[in-house]
Amino acid sequence: MNTETSAARRFAEGFIRAVVPVLLALIVSAFVMMAIGASPLEFFAGVWKYGITGNNWQRSLVLMAPLVIVAVGLIVAFRGQLWNLGYNGQYLLGAVVASGLGPILFDVMPAFLATIVVFIVAVLAGAVWSLIPAILKARYGTNEIITSLVMSFIAVGVVNLLIKGIFKDPGVTTPQTAVIPDDELLPYIPGTQIHIGFVIAIVLAVVAQFVLSRTSFGLRVDIFGASPKAARHVGLNSTWMVILLFALSSGLIAFAGSIDILGQFTYQRADWDPRYGDAVMPLVFLARFRPVAAIPFVAFYAVLATGGTLAAQQAGLNVDFLLVIVGLILLFMTITEYIGDRRKLGQSYVPAGLRRTVLKPFLGSSVASSSAGTSATESRSASERTSV
Amino acid sequence: MSDMLSAAFVTVFIATVIAQAMPLMLAAVGETIGEQAGVLNLGIEGVMLIGAYSAFVATLVSGSFWVGVLAGIVGGIVGNLAMLVLNVWLGLNQIVIGLAVTLIGEGITSVLYLQNYTKSPASLGTPPKIAIPGLSDIPVVGPSVFGQTGIFWIAVIVALVLAFAMARTNWGLSTRSAGQKPSSLDAAGGSVVRTRSIAVVLSGALVGFGGAYLSLITTATFSPMLTNGLGFIAIVITMLSRGRILVVMITSLVYGLAVAIGPALQVIGFTVPADIIKMLPFIIVILMLIVFARSSVVPPALGTPYTRGAR
Repeated sequence: MNTETSAARRFAEGFIRAVVPVLLALIVSAFVMMAIGASPLEFFAGVWKYGITGNNWQRSLVLMAPLVIVAVGLIVAFRGQLWNLGYNGQYLLGAVVASGLGPILFDVMPAFLATIVVFIVAVLAGAVWSLIPAILKARYGTNEIITSLVMSFIAVGVVNLLIKGIFKDPGVTTPQTAVIPDDELLPYIPGTQIHIGFVIAIVLAVVAQFVLSRTSFGLRVDIFGASPKAARHVGLNSTWMVILLFALSSGLIAFAGSIDILGQFTYQRADWDPRYGDAVMPLVFLARFRPVAAIPFVAFYAVLATGGTLAAQQAGLNVDFLLVIVGLILLFMTITEYIGDRRKLGQSYVPAGLRRTVLKPFLGSSVASSSAGTSATESRSASERTSV
Repeated sequence: MSDMLSAAFVTVFIATVIAQAMPLMLAAVGETIGEQAGVLNLGIEGVMLIGAYSAFVATLVSGSFWVGVLAGIVGGIVGNLAMLVLNVWLGLNQIVIGLAVTLIGEGITSVLYLQNYTKSPASLGTPPKIAIPGLSDIPVVGPSVFGQTGIFWIAVIVALVLAFAMARTNWGLSTRSAGQKPSSLDAAGGSVVRTRSIAVVLSGALVGFGGAYLSLITTATFSPMLTNGLGFIAIVITMLSRGRILVVMITSLVYGLAVAIGPALQVIGFTVPADIIKMLPFIIVILMLIVFARSSVVPPALGTPYTRGAR
């Protein structure tokens, strides 16, 4: 069997495997929309209109900032085969550090310095929060999916307590933190309404890509991910690796939360949870755990989400429909993967021609199209502040 | 303090513990059967929601709680079909499929509910109760435990029967061997795929039943994201119980206690913030994980698709 494939062919295969599941998910979701009496055409037209046209593309880019950072955070853990699913809690912890601690710090020090301190504390909060799942995993092999998820639910409670307690803005009756004034927020990229968090996110993705694919640390992560046993043989400390990867992953996701508050939301309300991680997770799988490759997927999702919020209302849907699309992408991803593997490795004894015929109904069965977006993407104009 | 000890209060308290524990117990028993057969179903949060929503709709439409429970069970089986086809039959990644099922379940039930019921929020009323003659006359315990609905008794009996079947029948043995060492089951002439398929369908039915219990009896209504992590708690309880269904039942009661204690404290005058009450079960779960981490054992073949002849 020919194991050597040209770079172009590999790229084409990777591209097809990444794009096909998204298309299939969109097609099926269109059918689901029709089944529940909403108009897919109206919805997709709305996504285009509210996600890209006019100045709306800027809102999509603003949403990309936290999403890209969350993606990098997830990739760091997933590369080492550690399934950090506590992202919702970690994001909210980072956000509450910014929205609660931020206003206090901005009073006593220059905005620049305070921003740096907020970022550091947010990253540390995320990293420390992940110690329990990490240690349980490293010491006792407890399934980290479960522990990180449970910790996530606890984090949501802690964040709510903070917002209703010490971080509450006394001037407002609803439980929310004080609004951070415009001149203390992250600056815009000149000439746009996009805050510099977007640049930070892109730089972070490029750096992560470099570290993971071109340094010895990246190699260690890959060896550890491939087989912790093999890693032990070559002298890697697996306990330390689990804790480090978890701390990095969780710290980055918390960082995304703090950048989102300082860049776009300006304050945080109790029970608010944008659930970015749920949306990003399938995207990092599609990007094969490569940070830079995740950027176009995140951009696609950002447009879907930015435009989808309004588009869904117009099409008579609820924004939770976005979860369905994301779930469908996951399902089609595994199926595409299955077919791809079968074809490439030739595990089947069926002759190639016949195999294609056999798989055909499978490929053809997933029909249909599309769908919708959510997530609170608001500009920081005062009129829209209420929606956080 | 005298309030706390009043018979009426204790009766309500016990009834709350049971109402909170039952959906979790059913889901965890379902998950146990799946896990023992080697299928880790991370999607049960979504499957529960599908069961809860189908039960809610069916009861509203038909007016019968029994039809509702049946619809919940069917909904659960349908929700688990993705796991059956993609994982058991095709051997695809369980984690990814599980999360997909959770997301789709959360999304679709929320969208459907908000589309159909927000304008006129519907509530189900009270299901008919069966008072067991004699026992239900016992003060305090009688009305709370022996005055439950028929659905409660069915659930308890199903769990007990399954506990017996898992431990003492051929079916239980082959199910457990499908999770312990599938190749030995294969060598002994059983079919790993068939055994796992049955386990996954049964597991879906139980998880759907759990969802139905939640919406029909525990909360008596449906709301988006109703389960709020209950599915994941069920997975933890399953892991900690090491496949013993009786232990699952007892642990679920501990969870019910954790949920019921918050409101009870409020009644006797302690004000506990609602957020802490919501967090309490998760904190208890994580504490249990920390304390018993060493003993949370899962079947060796859990999560691995079976390929005959592969090592």
